[in-house]
Amino acid sequence: MIRVVLVVASLLARAPAQAQEAQPLVADLSKHLVAITTGFVGTEVLLFGAVDGPGDVVVVVRGPPRPEVVRRKERVGGVWVNTGRADLAAVPAYYRVAATRPLPELAPPAVLERHRIGLEHLDLDPVLADTGAGAAEYRQALIRLKRDRGLWAAETREVASLGNRLFRTDLHFPANVPTGTYSVEVYLLRGGEVVSAQTTPLIVSKIGLGAELYHFAHEHGAAYGIMAIALAGAAGWLAATAFRKG
Amino acid sequence: MQIYLPIAELSVNVFLILGLGAGVGFMSGLFGVGGGFLMTPLLIFLGVPPAVAVGTEANQIVASSVSGVLAHWRRGNVDVRMGLILTAGGFVGSSFGVWLFRLLRGLGQIDLTIKLSYVVFLGVIGGLMLVEGVETLRRDRRPSGAPRRKLHQHRWVHGLPLKMRFRRSKLYISAVLPAAVGLVVGVLAAIMGVGGGFVMVPAMIYLLGMPTQVVVGTSLFQIIFVTANATFLQATLNQTVDVVLALLLLLGGVIGAQFGARAGARLKGEQLRVLLAAMVLAVAFGLLLDLVLTPENPYTLGGARP
Repeated sequence: MIRVVLVVASLLARAPAQAQEAQPLVADLSKHLVAITTGFVGTEVLLFGAVDGPGDVVVVVRGPPRPEVVRRKERVGGVWVNTGRADLAAVPAYYRVAATRPLPELAPPAVLERHRIGLEHLDLDPVLADTGAGAAEYRQALIRLKRDRGLWAAETREVASLGNRLFRTDLHFPANVPTGTYSVEVYLLRGGEVVSAQTTPLIVSKIGLGAELYHFAHEHGAAYGIMAIALAGAAGWLAATAFRKG
Repeated sequence: MQIYLPIAELSVNVFLILGLGAGVGFMSGLFGVGGGFLMTPLLIFLGVPPAVAVGTEANQIVASSVSGVLAHWRRGNVDVRMGLILTAGGFVGSSFGVWLFRLLRGLGQIDLTIKLSYVVFLGVIGGLMLVEGVETLRRDRRPSGAPRRKLHQHRWVHGLPLKMRFRRSKLYISAVLPAAVGLVVGVLAAIMGVGGGFVMVPAMIYLLGMPTQVVVGTSLFQIIFVTANATFLQATLNQTVDVVLALLLLLGGVIGAQFGARAGARLKGEQLRVLLAAMVLAVAFGLLLDLVLTPENPYTLGGARP
């Protein structure tokens, strides 16, 4: 915490000295890399920053966009079978919003829509192959599925404001966080309008043995398969000989 | 203690996985089955993606079959020639199975196919085993309860070409038949993430007419190659083999199997068979409920690959 205050203080001290048109908003993360190691159980990243006066701060964390397929089951002859599907071209793998006040109080829906702030304002455009359900149902279903996995958050987290100038919030990343390049967007709102914004990248990456195995498995599938078989064969043989006398 | 599984992309408790391996290993030692039919549904239940559960289980079965076959090999209970022909069919079958798996996954019907195969095959085999086991138990407890089969039953299958002599199995039959059996079981093994012993063993006894003492050893022998092929193909085509998960499972499994085998020695064959049948039916019933009951959420995330 002390370190954070020092960093913020130095940012503030430097800002006016540089030029008159100082940044109205500065923010940074306590780390720019979330490393998924073998013992990874999720982590917190601290976002902190300063504004040049009153206003509301909104933080949006977006995971890398990915294609997704949502399928819908229907009862066919007594058994539940996938009958419909919707394809979505770019769904953020992770999504979370934090703000100093509840979103509806901060800005009109049009502003939130423009900046895609809040789950209901996400740009999800399902391409349907289903006659039994519409885009709205699929949209709600996707939100629910992502929330159940802890990858999207419905509620807005709090951004703590310290003395009208400093702010901070903890960003939580669960154990099943998808890898890729995230963008952490910080908005400064005054009178329901965005007056300043800043985007900081955050990398979520597998590190260590797990990462090596993953890359090995995906880039040299055949060699990985042979290794897996050899390992299993050796383990089985070892077990049989170890327990032969015992 | 949590460990992150690199391929399943999931953080799991090490002791839970070791315990799962030990539990299923105990069952497999007790009943002399591979245990894939228990492990794969359990892994899916834990949240492991079905594709990864199936691919990883194939890898683990390689280990358990190698360790199982060695004891049979020493006693000379492996009909290598029969095993190789079953394997030849199994290679074709499991390759086709992995391909089919990939196709069905793309169509969004893989979960349904896995569950339906389980319900049908476990239901039928569990039911048959239960009926036979209960009948044997009810009858006088003679040392060998069931009436002996004739050594040579002449049926239409003996009219098939490519006849071969299988000395260990005391058979002179067409090679087409074991190859076909191997093929069908290979497809099942690849799709269901099992070794297929629970289909292979009855097929060997009733369809091929092999003597019981060579059945288990020969079945294990061919399972090694079929699951190795399935592992290789799942790894190259679908990247769904998690070695970390497989190693944890087989570590627990090896230890559990030893205790299971010791416990099994104290139970009678018929009792074991009824117990196994009950367990097989319970798994089939659980999956059947899953298929017919109204799901909590009819929508699922397909997990498209980028």
